[in-house]
Amino acid sequence: MQVEVSLTVNGAAVTATVEPRTLLVQLLREHLALTGTHVGCDTSQCGACVVHVNGASVKSCTMLAVQADGASVTTIEGLATDGTLHPVQEAFREHHGLQCGFCTPGMVMSAVDLLQNNTSPSEAEIREWLEGNICRCTGYHNIVKAVQHAAAAMRG
Amino acid sequence: MYAFTYQKPKTVAEAAAALAADGDAKVVSGGQTLIPTLKQRLAAPSALVDLGSIEGLAGITVAGDTVTIGAMTKHAAVAHSAEVQGAIPALAALAEGIGDPQVRNRGTIGGSIANHDPAADYPAGCLGLGATIVTSKRELSADDFFTGMFSTALEDDELVTAVRFPKPKRAAYAKFPNPASRYAIVGVFVADTASGIRVAVTGAGGGVFRATELEAALTAKGFAAGSLDGVTVSSDGLNSDIHASAEYRAHLITVMAKRAVAAAG
Ligand SMILES: Cc1cc2nc3c(=O)[nH]c(=O)nc-3n(C[C@H](O)[C@H](O)[C@H](O)COP(=O)(O)OP(=O)(O)OC[C@H]3O[C@@H](n4cnc5c(N)ncnc54)[C@H](O)[C@@H]3O)c2cc1C
Ligand code: FES
Ligand code: FES
Repeated sequence: MQVEVSLTVNGAAVTATVEPRTLLVQLLREHLALTGTHVGCDTSQCGACVVHVNGASVKSCTMLAVQADGASVTTIEGLATDGTLHPVQEAFREHHGLQCGFCTPGMVMSAVDLLQNNTSPSEAEIREWLEGNICRCTGYHNIVKAVQHAAAAMRG
Repeated sequence: MYAFTYQKPKTVAEAAAALAADGDAKVVSGGQTLIPTLKQRLAAPSALVDLGSIEGLAGITVAGDTVTIGAMTKHAAVAHSAEVQGAIPALAALAEGIGDPQVRNRGTIGGSIANHDPAADYPAGCLGLGATIVTSKRELSADDFFTGMFSTALEDDELVTAVRFPKPKRAAYAKFPNPASRYAIVGVFVADTASGIRVAVTGAGGGVFRATELEAALTAKGFAAGSLDGVTVSSDGLNSDIHASAEYRAHLITVMAKRAVAAAG
């Protein structure tokens, strides 16, 4: 069975023909060549695949492409505007919030969702929010620091 | 993942008919349990029937002393609902403690209770509060709905459509989470309700169950953590795995029950 899906990805209208079993992350990576969204596990636990669907962060490896029909999806590629990094991306760069970078797209997308719901999260709230994002390199310390600085920058 | 066909019915009746017509079809709601299961090839449904386009299945209403939550209501919506926080704060807190933010943004109450994972949180809330499970065919008490590990009273072509929670006098949920998965190693929901004190336990056994010895102690000696001093729960039949032995889980039931009673105030 093949199904046609139409959705908005990073502001652009997209139509694709997929199998019902195609995951949203496969649609993004394999059909649309948006390889910034990563796959780090097959148990829905690592968060490397986090994107926004209708503004809320979700694991794109745990959603079918057909379930995103009609939705508006934002990936890590859609965060920067005209070559200027999003404040969360800038803070990760500035505060060394990454080492190998594999978890980073998911971390950034997750953190952006946190900051749109809570403009000044405490350290504990940041750590709790990042429950679904696993990093094997940094020990989280600089990730938390980056999110704190991004929050401050975005509050202006 | 094995291949399957996909349908997106517009009504509960259409969804139920699709299930009745094909015994190997399965419902998908939030997909936070089903999709990982499909990816591991632990299930091979012929078709998925997506409840995502059925109007009226998601939403929260409070009328009098009853909170009704539609089956497709996401964990995050329950956690952040001012109505639920006002009427049954323990239920909002339970929802906020499920998994992680991204799981809460997709997972639904209907999927959670239909799945009846023996370590899931909502079954404890439903059984502890004495909720009524509304299905496409009938209404069931939580006591009758949860029948055993990953099993419920649901028939193959029956859907959960909503859960009705009576507002308790006071209630709280205390969970000892597995640090990796966040599922309950032991979770205890206590409620002081119009029809008596109820204590529901998840994570410890083959499915959610009521700790009758703790209910009896709280009823006899009063709704206070001290009433549970020296009260033990038998480890017979409890789960034993790499995370915790049956004896440890039995011990944790009383500890978590005391914490919940203290938190309920
Ligand atoms: C990383 C991770 C961590 C998690 N941690 C926790 C946790 O700490 N505590 C916890 O309780 N849960 C946890 N979960 C599970 C999560 O809460 C799921 O959302 C929930 O168990 C299933 O809900 P769903 O809507 O995603 O259902 P789905 O995955 O869509 O469906 C689950 C099952 O229920 C059936 N079903 C779905 N909806 C209905 C319906 N309305 N009527 C009849 N049958 C139906 C499906 O056919 C399927 O068999 C976790 C999941 C993940 C991936
Ligand atoms: S790839 Fe690990 S959670 Fe999605
Ligand atoms: S930077 Fe390597 S996994 Fe996070």
